[in-house]
Amino acid sequence: MRKRLIPILLALAGLTACQPEEFTDAEKATIASLSLSALPPLPADTTNRVADDAAAAAFGATLFFERRLSRDGTVACATCHLVDRQFQDDRPRSVGLAMTDRRAMPLAGVARAPFLFWDGRKDSLWAQALGPLEDAREHGGTRAAYAHFVAATFRDRYERIFGPLPDLAGVPAAASPLGSDAESAAWEAMPDDKKREIDTVFANLGKAIAAFERTIVHQPTRFDRFADAVAAGKAPEGDAALSEQEVYGLRLFIGRANCVTCHNGPRFTDDHFHNTGVPPVDGLPDDTGRAAGAKKVLDDPFNCLGAYRDGSEEACGELRFMVSQGEELERAFKTPSLRGAAARPPYMHSGQIATLADVVDHYVRAPASVSGHSELKPLKLSDRERAALIAFLGTLAE
Amino acid sequence: MNRRSILIALAAAALLAAAAFMAVRVMMTPPDGLDLARSKASARGLYAVTIAPEKEPLEQGPLHSWILTLKTPDGAPVEGATIAVGGGMPQHGHGLPTQPQATAYLGDGRYRIEGVRFNMSGWWEFTFDIKAAAGDDRVVFNLAL
Ligand code: HEC
Ligand code: HEC
Repeated sequence: MRKRLIPILLALAGLTACQPEEFTDAEKATIASLSLSALPPLPADTTNRVADDAAAAAFGATLFFERRLSRDGTVACATCHLVDRQFQDDRPRSVGLAMTDRRAMPLAGVARAPFLFWDGRKDSLWAQALGPLEDAREHGGTRAAYAHFVAATFRDRYERIFGPLPDLAGVPAAASPLGSDAESAAWEAMPDDKKREIDTVFANLGKAIAAFERTIVHQPTRFDRFADAVAAGKAPEGDAALSEQEVYGLRLFIGRANCVTCHNGPRFTDDHFHNTGVPPVDGLPDDTGRAAGAKKVLDDPFNCLGAYRDGSEEACGELRFMVSQGEELERAFKTPSLRGAAARPPYMHSGQIATLADVVDHYVRAPASVSGHSELKPLKLSDRERAALIAFLGTLAE
Repeated sequence: MNRRSILIALAAAALLAAAAFMAVRVMMTPPDGLDLARSKASARGLYAVTIAPEKEPLEQGPLHSWILTLKTPDGAPVEGATIAVGGGMPQHGHGLPTQPQATAYLGDGRYRIEGVRFNMSGWWEFTFDIKAAAGDDRVVFNLAL
């Protein structure tokens, strides 16, 4: 008797899962808004006067791959941001001089992000680049050492872009306010104007690297070709076609599964921070995400309101009007782009989730956060619907 | 369980599922008949308030500014007001993604509200707490993005 009910159940499930042939106008508009074609031109970065300077971008590329820009000559940005791996490293947590607490972020389109890192503790690409260079577990060097290195190795290239390097006579070989005790003491002992000169060289290295990173962009995917066809009122064919399952996944993504509320726009991110109840990793220091990140970016001497910005303070709106406290920041992390995500597991800020199937399972369960409040609500998705969502994410990675 | 009770249970489950489905659907779109007026009297009627984005059309994503025009009910511009800006998405239970501020008085009752961003589509509330000579009052606008 019970066995006979199974077909009825399946029919019921099929009923709720039925899909109309045509997209509604609202669905079409949302689909068009997700296409790379909807991306506006990259805005200028007036805080970095060499942001769009070709020589600076070329110098930045050199620096990005330069292992000597580290304490022991083994770590470059490219160690964790691999060119042929979407500028990330496929690890749950990145390894430089030692293992860090977070997963490396892919870099395509990163120049459009108002805040950098999972917790947004930097507010420009050039300020961001200075973080790993001095982090003890990443490059582990000091700004004074980098100034000496550039003077010895890249003086001409640097000076053609930024003008003369300061006189480094008397500047210690290794000194930084963020270094070891000895390196901090060496920094403290330097006169203020020297500190300022070294900080300027350091910021300039960041500005060159940022100019390079501005050239890292997303490539159009099968989804983009599909979306452009839908927007143009044409039938998507050939390399623009999506399977029935993929279309169903897209419908769920922009509809009942609510994914598009946060993963929106052509980069599939709202550039904001959300608590989605991703569990902390055992044994790591407590990670409150944006709650700590907001304080850090306000205190950062290299932030937009600091002394090393080019151009006017007008450009600092994101920092001036940012939410700096409140419950909503607790364990909130930056919404990652979903472009290419299917091809680069694991997922989440510390690689907590191994596969896309597990990610979808997380959204279905919507577990409570260990602190603060998860914004997620549990979803009802059948196995077929889960598979469709995953299939759709695949169209963003080919 | 006999056949009948199983069927009843099934029907109940299907109803529940349908209700859950509807609930999620409904949550996404602004409620029907939402008052989208951009000119309103404040709650206690002390002020007539008009808001407009500095640039139309209103876009989801970028940081932008609004102009708030503050008048008395009989149309005289209100100067020297302190305006606190707030809001959020009632259906998602979260606030604004930024902390907008009234940064300049432009004359003729007009105030610039800087640092506004809407990071999602849907129903947003945009709230202004106004302190001026006539007293404290509040006005809430609805926006549908
Ligand atoms: C040891 C591995 C490692 C090295 C070396 C490294 N990164 Fe990263 N990168 C990461 C990790 C991990 C994150 C996320 C860290 C966090 O949120 O705290 C990240 C985040 C970023 C981001 C933020 C992206 C976003 O969307 O917010 C940028 C940009 C970036 N790195 C660029 C660089 C540059 C430039 C260098 C070299 C100066 C560099 N990284 C060196 C591992 C590394
Ligand atoms: C409330 C906002 C929000 C909603 C809704 C949302 N996401 Fe996310 N998503 C995030 C945030 C924030 C992260 C990163 C969380 C973290 O690392 O702690 C994330 C991470 C992910 C990742 C991992 C990407 C990576 O590079 O690590 C995937 C995949 C993903 N989301 C897919 C989805 C899907 C599919 C849905 C719909 C079922 C969805 N998201 C709904 C905000 C959201």
